[in-house]
Amino acid sequence: MLKDRLRSVQLAPSLHSPPKKSGAPALPQNRSSHGLEQFFSSLQDQESLSILDFSGASQANISFITSMGHRIYSNDVMRSMEEAFGSGGDFVANQSDPERAAAFLRESLDFPERSFDGALIWDTLQFLAPALLQDTVDRLFRTLRPQSSLLAFFHAEEKAESAPLYTYRIVDTKNMSLTPRNQVRPVQYFNNRSLEKLFQKYHSVKFFLTRDHLREVIVRR
Amino acid sequence: MWNKKKEEEYPPKPASAPAPAPSPAKENAPMSTNPILSHPAPESRGPAIIGKSVMIKGQIFSREDLTIDGEIDGSVELHEHRLTVGPNGKLQAGVKAREVVVLGTIHGNVEASDKIDIRKDAKLVGDIKTARIVIEDGAYFKGSIDIARPEASKPAPAPAPALSKSSAAANSGGNASAGTPTAAAAGDSSR
Repeated sequence: MLKDRLRSVQLAPSLHSPPKKSGAPALPQNRSSHGLEQFFSSLQDQESLSILDFSGASQANISFITSMGHRIYSNDVMRSMEEAFGSGGDFVANQSDPERAAAFLRESLDFPERSFDGALIWDTLQFLAPALLQDTVDRLFRTLRPQSSLLAFFHAEEKAESAPLYTYRIVDTKNMSLTPRNQVRPVQYFNNRSLEKLFQKYHSVKFFLTRDHLREVIVRR
Repeated sequence: MWNKKKEEEYPPKPASAPAPAPSPAKENAPMSTNPILSHPAPESRGPAIIGKSVMIKGQIFSREDLTIDGEIDGSVELHEHRLTVGPNGKLQAGVKAREVVVLGTIHGNVEASDKIDIRKDAKLVGDIKTARIVIEDGAYFKGSIDIARPEASKPAPAPAPALSKSSAAANSGGNASAGTPTAAAAGDSSR
């Protein structure tokens, strides 16, 4: 069972810790990304592809993807999670409610099979409880076309009590801008082995561990 | 006409209005904002407005710019004009226009031949097809975006060797602007 395979971090009663309250708005940080570079190299020399973006609509991502001649499907999955599981009770426990879980999957991943040629999932998967996480990953598998790539991030600091939740904006094929959204307690800790098992249906999984404790993962469908 | 008066002129309780109240208007028949002869020309007025207390069920066709601050359930078409969905506007409708500015809510597919502008706090759930898109931070969008690039003007077909001779002969006759017609004529002759 996935829950046994993935080592859980001790959970707080609620997934969300309050956002940092400071006078100035959080400033975006730019950083390079090998994962992003690999993702875009897999799209090279192709046009009219369909790309799924889980970070929510932004001018940067839309302009960048469409300027490459591709179609983008935008959805703010963290917002969908909040809507599905955020009200009445514990955020993580609510993910075990079959009705709520079904509503989340319907809202976020109700696509015909093999609809997309690439998926930018960013760091959203790490906030899903094990059973729903596996359902989501399986649903992504069906949604993606063979040979397509999926980019996901997982925080790699095992002992961290909370991880920053970011809004990701594409700067170019190798760089992205991260704007802090919140500090969130991850539902699970992922290592390379657990990620390989999570994506075992997929053709391949490649990891890049960054200096800022982020595990960038490129998964080939 | 409903689209020419300020919304204060439409009381929220139509039953209390002395005259037949146009709002909340519920229509099933297609509506048009085409100017009527007895009204001033549209050039002399601002955009047509559907106020926030108005609800329309049905199809809207317009040949002038339109601002919707009410509720629409159906479809909205302004092929050569601009549609503005005001902050109170709620559309459960497919939209086709030259330009669409969203400050309120749209649930439905949007086709804007020129541009779509989704402002902060706006909400759009549906698929977009447009030439240009501007989306402000704070706007919510869920759906796909297809950028329809205007077709580049087709370059004149490269003349075949036989055409080159004909074309050269024609051009030598002093008609510098006749390149394409000459090529066409030569093409016909080669059939």
